[in-house]
Order: sequence, then C-alpha cells, then structure tokens
Amino acid sequence: MSEAVKEAVAEPALVAIMEQLPKTEVPARSPLAHHTEVLSRPTHENPGVRLWENALRTHLALRGDAGSADFARGVEAATGLALPERLQCHQSGEWALSWVAPDEWLLTGPGDQALAMEMSLREELDGHYAVINLSGGQTMLRLSGPKARLVLMKSCPYDVHDRHFPVGKVVTTVLAKSQATIRRVGEEDWELVVRRSFADYVWRWLVDASQEYRLSLGHPE
Amino acid sequence: MFYIFCPYCDEHREEEEFHPKGQAHLSRPADPDACTDEEWGNFIYFRDNPRGIHHEIWVHAIGCRKFFNVTRDTQSYEILESYRMGSAPRITQLTDKQQS
Ligand SMILES: [Zn+2]
Repeated sequence: MSEAVKEAVAEPALVAIMEQLPKTEVPARSPLAHHTEVLSRPTHENPGVRLWENALRTHLALRGDAGSADFARGVEAATGLALPERLQCHQSGEWALSWVAPDEWLLTGPGDQALAMEMSLREELDGHYAVINLSGGQTMLRLSGPKARLVLMKSCPYDVHDRHFPVGKVVTTVLAKSQATIRRVGEEDWELVVRRSFADYVWRWLVDASQEYRLSLGHPE
Repeated sequence: MFYIFCPYCDEHREEEEFHPKGQAHLSRPADPDACTDEEWGNFIYFRDNPRGIHHEIWVHAIGCRKFFNVTRDTQSYEILESYRMGSAPRITQLTDKQQS
C-alpha cells in the first residue's frame, strides 16, 4: 500500500448522511402507487394468491467483513439482529436482515426509520464497512397464499420447493427475466425486493401469472 | 437447464444468472514501467484459446455478484470445477492428461 493510500484509509471517512424523507407534507408515491391506489379488480372470496406492495420501506445495504467479530457485534448492537449465514435471513419485529453476498446484507424495516438506523449503525461500526440507503431505489412486493409458490415456479428458474427453499431462506435470482431478492417469510408467504425501475414490469408479470389462481390484489385485512 | 456452481452461494444456479469474463489467472506485469512493449501487449490483448481445459473468470451477476473461477472443457463445454478467487484450480491440463 502506498503512503497516500495508507493515510486515506487511516483518516475518518467523510460521509454525507441525510434525511431522505421530505420535511414538508409531500405525498409520497411508491413506484407502484399507480397500481395500488386504484384497485378496481374484483377480489376473490377465497384467493389462491394475494399480491400487494409493502411500499416505502427502509432498505439499507450493509457491507463489511463477515469474519470480523467487531463488525458482527456492531451490526447486532444497532439492529438487534445477528449477521445471517449464507442465504439466510434474520427477522425481529419490523426489521429483517438478509444475506446478499459474503460481504453484503440487506436490512429492511419501517420507512420512517432509515436515518435513525443508519446513524446507529455508523455509531456502532468502525473500520472498513459501508451503509448505503437504497430505500428510493427499490421496493418490496409481497406474494402470499396457497398458490403463491406456483406463481414463483412459473416466474423464476430457482427451485422453490419446500426441500430447497425453506422458510427463512433468501436468494437473489432471476425473476421474470428481471431480478429479485426472494425471501420466504412463511410457508405461504413470500417477499420480493425488486429494483424501482422494474417494479411496474414485475407487478404486471405477477398479476398476469396469478390470474389462474384467483388473484386478490391489496394487503389482506 | 444448465447449472453452474457458485462457490460463494455454495449452490448450483441457473446459467442465466452468470456471465463469463474471460481467461483467469492473468497477472499484470509487476512493474509496468519496466516491462517491454511485448510483455505489456501480451497482458492487455492476447488470450489463450485452447482446445480442452480452460480456466475462466465468471461472475454471479444476478446473485451474489461475486467473481469466481471456472475450469471448463472448451470441447465438451463441461464445467469441471468452480473455485474462489485467489485459489488454484484442482484440475489443470496436466492433471487431465495424467487421468486419460
Ligand atoms: Zn453466488
């Protein structure tokens, strides 16, 4: 390492952290607001599939050394969640921490707490790590019901059989020729994190693919 | 369906999730100012094109986004092994010849 690089590494990192939520009353619109605000489609009494957007959540990308005890301790202190192992997710209340890569995790939680969580992570962590607020760049879809797994089987090449994709597992894979981070939240309950710019396309795909299973749109009461 | 093993996800995944990134184990001349034009040119432009065993870099683009190495047979397209960055292949042209 050259002297200049050594100095740059030793210096405390200058990072711009800001509240990304508007202070004034601006109606926040999720990438799928145009679908979810107008749900004119008839809902089935006994739907096979339910689809809704878990809109405007906090999405933080977290990077660091999985092998470092300090990093693991800091993450746990800030989030209350232990770093999950490969392809696993840890959840506690509203917050979920998903494995994305050997040195990368996705932390999701309540939409108004992005800044507070980022600050607390930066407070607890030290050394070489990164916290990036991705909340505006992606959104979360929920797919549930007895036929939800069949919709995924049609939409992605990944094996979503119970044996291969138990509750608590999370994978980033191809979904509808696009990509999604798919997490199995419960036996019949799936969460899909997709890029903002692909959200409309993925939504339309899922609606189309769910037609034969008595689709019901919107959050279950 | 064609599956490739990702040594970071520790799973076989569909080929669609991966991209090939060319020949593996190329080393940049340690001192670019001191090497000859030919050495530099070979590093920048020239790649092997063997018939048989070839070591390649692949990336798990729609997945963990990590780069890793693959030993592939260019005649049969068979992928013989996947291994992490920084480690050496188990199967080489030499070990392959010894087996056959
Ligand atoms: Zn991978």
